[in-house]
Amino acid sequence: MDTPLLQKTPLAEEHVKLGARMVDFAGWWMPVQYKGLREEHDNVRTNVGLFDVSHMGEVRFKGPKALETLQWLTTNDVAKLNENEAHYSLLPNAQGGLVDDIIVYCLTKNEDYLVCVNASNADKDFAWMTKNNKGADITNESSYWAQIAIQGPKALALCDKIFGFKASDMKSFTLRRFDYKGHKAILATTGYTGEKGGEVFIETKGAVTLWQDLLAQGQEFAVQPIGLGARDTLRTEYKMSLYGHEIDDTTNPYEASLGWAVKPAAKDFMGKAPMLKIKEEGLKKQLIGFKMLEKGIPRQGYSLFSFDNKEIGKVTSGTHSPTLDEPIGIAYISSEYAAQGTEFSVDIRGRKVKAKVCKTPFVTK
Amino acid sequence: MVFHIPEELYYTKEHEWAQIDENIVTVGITEFAQEQLGEIVYVELPEEGQKVTQGQTFGVVESVKAASDLYSPVSGTVIEINAGLNDDPSVLNDDPMNDGWLIRIEMDTEKELANLMRAPDYKKLVQA
Repeated sequence: MDTPLLQKTPLAEEHVKLGARMVDFAGWWMPVQYKGLREEHDNVRTNVGLFDVSHMGEVRFKGPKALETLQWLTTNDVAKLNENEAHYSLLPNAQGGLVDDIIVYCLTKNEDYLVCVNASNADKDFAWMTKNNKGADITNESSYWAQIAIQGPKALALCDKIFGFKASDMKSFTLRRFDYKGHKAILATTGYTGEKGGEVFIETKGAVTLWQDLLAQGQEFAVQPIGLGARDTLRTEYKMSLYGHEIDDTTNPYEASLGWAVKPAAKDFMGKAPMLKIKEEGLKKQLIGFKMLEKGIPRQGYSLFSFDNKEIGKVTSGTHSPTLDEPIGIAYISSEYAAQGTEFSVDIRGRKVKAKVCKTPFVTK
Repeated sequence: MVFHIPEELYYTKEHEWAQIDENIVTVGITEFAQEQLGEIVYVELPEEGQKVTQGQTFGVVESVKAASDLYSPVSGTVIEINAGLNDDPSVLNDDPMNDGWLIRIEMDTEKELANLMRAPDYKKLVQA
């Protein structure tokens, strides 16, 4: 296939060899599926799957002003992170909306951090961070790192086997730096599937070796490569936000149920006042999960209606859940309708189809 | 991948096939379409008696990933739908060219067939 305008990860040719269907995702030539979405999804829920997430961006913050800069740029309390710890956080704009959602990894307390950002936002984020820098030494390391996510109940057993240390003893949201066959690597116990596992950052030149080793040595754990299609259904079943769906530059984190990653008592940060104002005035809408009471699959952009025909919200993500084998949706809904059990309808191509606010995550262990 | 593209059928550029039996047209999606869609989990078809127009949507098939419109190859009246697909849409993946047919249309005019593709052109489209 001739795709001269798309960026390729170091693993692109591996995906083609594995028979993947490749698509344009945020300007990257990425595998959307290999054997089939459902089989891949199920394999992550029952065994282990490998995801090429090398398209994600990485930005390094170093120097005596690294902590101060990250405290200003992000919502979570970076001062709480000790060496080799990580947390989920948000990159707010001046209006209290969201430039991106991110993970911050502490390499050396106070002075060295790695920030992982969405592929679709990587250039925008780097420009934003540089523009609002408070004196840190900021470097875009996106082309230096490849990234492979290893996710599923058997993921850490595979890591134990291949990396030669006890990954299965690591706490969630921690990291370990090591050397993989002469290539610098970091294993972080983070992910985007709701399953146990990790994400490995590795120097670009070591990516193919690691990918091939994981596939070969993962045979006994029934490892499979997983495409972006299943990545989306896996995160949707756990109601994890995706930029461009649940969050964007107008999103208030409290409305998005991300208030747990905002620490206003600990510090001042970009957009803090307008962000808190919306919370203090009472949230007008909230992000909820719902299921259909009648036949139909909700999709992003569909409108929600009350039974007296008022428009009360919009779907942000929707799919047929492979685990539950029924449609599920995530939506912003007016707060008065946000209670669990509340019924409403979804406008599916002009047809009003009944639905009900439900408990999330949609699936549980 | 090699797709089964029978010579006797007509095709739309949106990947429906049309089988003509005098003025009755049976409509389905092609093997290429089902392969692209992936696992089909939901099908929305028109009612019998409903009018359809060439090039306009008459229904929807949904995979886990997305909803895709179905386009009518001819104008006319729907005289039969494959109701079994509501209960088991997987037939569309397993046998899109036969048991997975979608609707039968009584067509208004044979002249519209000139706007459809024949097998050699359709082959070129899916191999492009």
